Formats: sequence, C-alpha cells, structure tokens
Amino acid sequence: MFNLIIAVAGGKGGCGKTTVAVNLALSLASEKKVLIADCDVEEPNVHLLIRHKLLREKVVSVFTPKFDMEKCTLCGICADFCQYHAIVKVLDKLLFFQELCHGCEGCRYVCPKNAIVKGERVIGVVRECVSEDDALRLVYGVLNVGEPRASPLIEAVRRSCSGDVDVVVIDAPPGTACPVIASIKDVDHVLLVTEPTPMGFYDLKLIVDVARRLGLSFSVVVNKAGLGDVKVYEYCEKERIPIVLEIPYDRGISELYSRGIPIVKAMPSWRERFVKCYERIREMM
Amino acid sequence: MVKELVVISGKGGTGKTSIAASIISIASNSIKLVAADCDVDASTLHVLLNPRIKHEEKFSGSKVAEINRSECIRCRCCQAVCEFNAIEDFRVDVFSCEGCGVCRLFCPVNAISLKDRESGFLFISETKYGPMCHARLLPGEANSGKLVSLVKQRAKMVAEEEKRDLIVVDGPPGIGCPVISSIAGANLLLAVAEPTLSGLHDLMRAIGLARFFKMTKVFVAINMWDINAEVSAKIVEACRNEGVEVLAKIPFDRRVIEAVVNRAPAVEYDPKSAFSVEVKHLWDSLASTLALTS
Repeated sequence: MFNLIIAVAGGKGGCGKTTVAVNLALSLASEKKVLIADCDVEEPNVHLLIRHKLLREKVVSVFTPKFDMEKCTLCGICADFCQYHAIVKVLDKLLFFQELCHGCEGCRYVCPKNAIVKGERVIGVVRECVSEDDALRLVYGVLNVGEPRASPLIEAVRRSCSGDVDVVVIDAPPGTACPVIASIKDVDHVLLVTEPTPMGFYDLKLIVDVARRLGLSFSVVVNKAGLGDVKVYEYCEKERIPIVLEIPYDRGISELYSRGIPIVKAMPSWRERFVKCYERIREMM
Repeated sequence: MVKELVVISGKGGTGKTSIAASIISIASNSIKLVAADCDVDASTLHVLLNPRIKHEEKFSGSKVAEINRSECIRCRCCQAVCEFNAIEDFRVDVFSCEGCGVCRLFCPVNAISLKDRESGFLFISETKYGPMCHARLLPGEANSGKLVSLVKQRAKMVAEEEKRDLIVVDGPPGIGCPVISSIAGANLLLAVAEPTLSGLHDLMRAIGLARFFKMTKVFVAINMWDINAEVSAKIVEACRNEGVEVLAKIPFDRRVIEAVVNRAPAVEYDPKSAFSVEVKHLWDSLASTLALTS
C-alpha cells in the first residue's frame, strides 16, 4: 500500500503550521486512511482542534544513570567520559545534573566497578486517539513541564505512526533546531508554511536550508496572504520552490482558529483546495 | 545589579518579538539597556532593531563522531550501542549524532574520533537602543540551550562593562531546552498570550514552566485580545487562578504588521496607534515592578 508521510514545518512560530496540518488531514480523511501526528510536544495544539477519543496512553522515558554508592570508588572515570558534564566529581562525592544528561549510557559502559545501572526518567506521554467520528487517527506527545529534552519524545510519537494508514500528516514544532529534525527526518515531503512579512521571509530561508540539507522534497504554503510584502513570492520564484497553497489573511479565519474550529469544518469549500494541495504534492514525488 | 526582563509566550507567533522590540524602543528613552535575542534558531528581533554587527564568534556546542572509513572493519559495534540511532552503514548522520563518544569507546580498531562541531555564531552588535547580543544556530543543530546561555552570558558581560541597567530578552517559543535556558536568572518574565484556545493552553504550560523553576515575578500581556474577547476573558480568569496578573490587553492593530514590513518597532512606526498606547502603559507597569525587584 502506498503510504505517504507529509510533514508541516515552518521556522517561524505561529505561522499556521497547525492550521495547515489539521485542515489537510481532515480534508483527506473522507477518502483515505489518515493519521495526524503532533510532534510539537512542547506545545501540542492539534488535539484542541479535533474532537477525539483517547485509545491508549504510553509513558515515555529515557535512560538515566543510577549510582550504587556502595560499589562506587569515586575513580571519576564516568565524569571524565561524560561529554555533557552531567557528572561531576567533587572531593568525596559525585554530583549528577539530570538536566545535562543526554542518556547515552556512556557512564554505565565505562564504570569499572559496575556501580552504574540503568534507571529511567519519564519525559512525557504519547497519546493515541481517534476522532469522535472515527474518520481520523490522532497521535500526540506531551512533554513534561520542566523537561528539556523533546527529541526522544518526538521519536516516540513517530514510532506510534504505524498501522494501516495511507497518509501520515506530521505537525512539526517551530524553529530549525533538533526537535524539527526529529519531526521531519525521513518524511516524503515537507510543507513549509510561511507568512509574507520580513520575519516570515527570514525564517523561511532558514527552514528551506534545513529541508535541503536533509535532502527532502518540499514546497511552500503562504499563510496570511495579502498581509505584508512580496519578498516570499519573489524568493520562491527565484529558487523554483512551488507554492502549493495560499490562505488569505482574513479576520474570519483568525476568529475560527481562536475558537478551535478548523477552516474546512466551517467552510467546506476549502476541502477541495487542501485536496488539490495534496495532489500537487503527489505530482512532485 | 543588572536586571533582566525575559519575554516568552509558549505558543509561537503571539507577538513576542513585536512587543519586545517596542518595549526596547520605549525603555531606551529612559534607561540604559542591552537587547538580547534568545530565539537562536529562528531569530527575528534583528528584523526590527536593525543591528550593526561589531563582533562575531564561532560557537561549538558539542562534538560529532567521525568514522575513518579506511580503518573501519564494518563490524557494526558502533551502530549497536548508539542511543541516538546516528550510525547507519558505517556512516555518522551528523544531524542525529549528539557527540557522546560511546561509539568510539566500543570501536575495536579505534576508527572513530570525536571532532568539534560547528553549531553556530554569536554576535555582539550596536543598535540605536544600545548593544544587542544575538546568535544564529546552524540549521538542524542541537545545543540551542547552550547557545542561549552564551547569548545571555555575553549580554550580561556587555551590560556590566557599559554599566547598563536592564537586559531585555526576546525568548524562543515552546517550553523546552532553549526556553529553560532563556528564563534562568531572570528578574521578571512577561508571557505574551493570544486569545485562541491554543494560546490559552500554551500559556498555561509556559506559566507552569515558570512555576517549576520557582519564578515568582511572572506577568501576562494578551495581544490582539479583541480577536476573541471570550477567550481573552478565559485567559484573565485562568491567570487569576494561577495568581498571575494580566498587565495589558493589547488590541489587534494592523499598524503592527505594517511596522514589521517597514522593519521598525511598532511604537516608532506609529506612536499613536492603539498598540503603541497600550504597550507604553505595559512598559510603565513593568518598569515600576522592576524597580521593586532586587
């Protein structure tokens, strides 16, 4: 079966990634088996826009060292090995800084006395859901407040995007750093959402760079079209990046979003535009 | 002591940068400040403040593993132990590698070395409002938290050298590692919210983060409050329940977007606009609170 993974990214926060991802998924769901995955685990929003039932919740944890101080001889080899300075030896004790640990397990491997064992640190949960009308599967991650490491949870969300589906739509977090890479790595296509302002333009160039470095097929969606200037359009033309969809700047659309109502639910004529956008992506593949 | 005001939002696109730039513009009339952009992977404060770069330094946040292919015996030991799934077919995926060195530890023929990776650049610039510290994380890099800490460290250094009173930090969206680094050591946090269901949800997680790190001086400004007065009222109520004061309700104002297009803080582009009037009030409240903070 043909299984297509489309990620929706965009350097700038609030440029409309979630709007595009949710409306695309809803528009395709009447014809296909669709799963929408929210990889913005720091601030997940997709579940606020789709009425859903929770099927199961999985707790996600990462490795954390547990020190057996009876066996520990304070040799300091683990502290020397740790690239992140998460373990520090001071005089007669070891200090462990959890927020610096990347969970590589190196300390456990190098300890000559087997004084470090595998511990687990919970970083968040992955929730697997289905929309109330059973038309769409939804998977989203929620990072624990205070937890710095989002990427392992994003990877867990992506691992849950399995089963019998035709199209997976991924809503990626803002920015261009490692959580974005974890969200869009190995996808079939990335939709880069931007807005036609100098800020949107600057961040678009950054995320285009990311997509190119990852060797991904990508296209642009211009949200809030008509709002600012034309630089985004000139850039896309010059770089030969296809613009597959434009969503006009419209106070009505903003108000719908503010109430948590997807565009295609309030204005069904939009469904066709999102389906067309999907078809253009298919043609590019 | 130099004081620090950090602007965050939880959700992206709520107007953090527009409000931070306007605060910087207003505040620079009465006090000496340093501006800092801690949104290091998708920074935009420079779009509005137009800095002239005076100093640039390279930033290396971590190591990256490198396999010497002529020495590699293709045993796949490294691949088996890599927690980050960064090795496939005897190649290191530099986007996934976190430079921990476990692969090197297990390589039986010492074919793996750790190299410094170039993660980004840090800039110290001059603006008409005062010095500005900002950075650019290379696309796809990890270590954004470390780069944020470095930006803040440099901002503090500059502020102390030039005897400046306040650092205004434009923070990143989210609640993860770069945000945690941004709020560390702040005297006052201003969370900019938008009146949408997502905005409310994300704001509460951002306030939760501030609470987690035991920050007491947290205030909220609702931007574009009149887009949905009902959700704005919910935000006010949710903040009251959390014991957080809403300092400003800023109306939707197209002049703000025009200001962005003209690359100027909105309070300068049109000092009389509804946005400008409200942000001036907001700064007055923040300034008096900051004077009380030690």
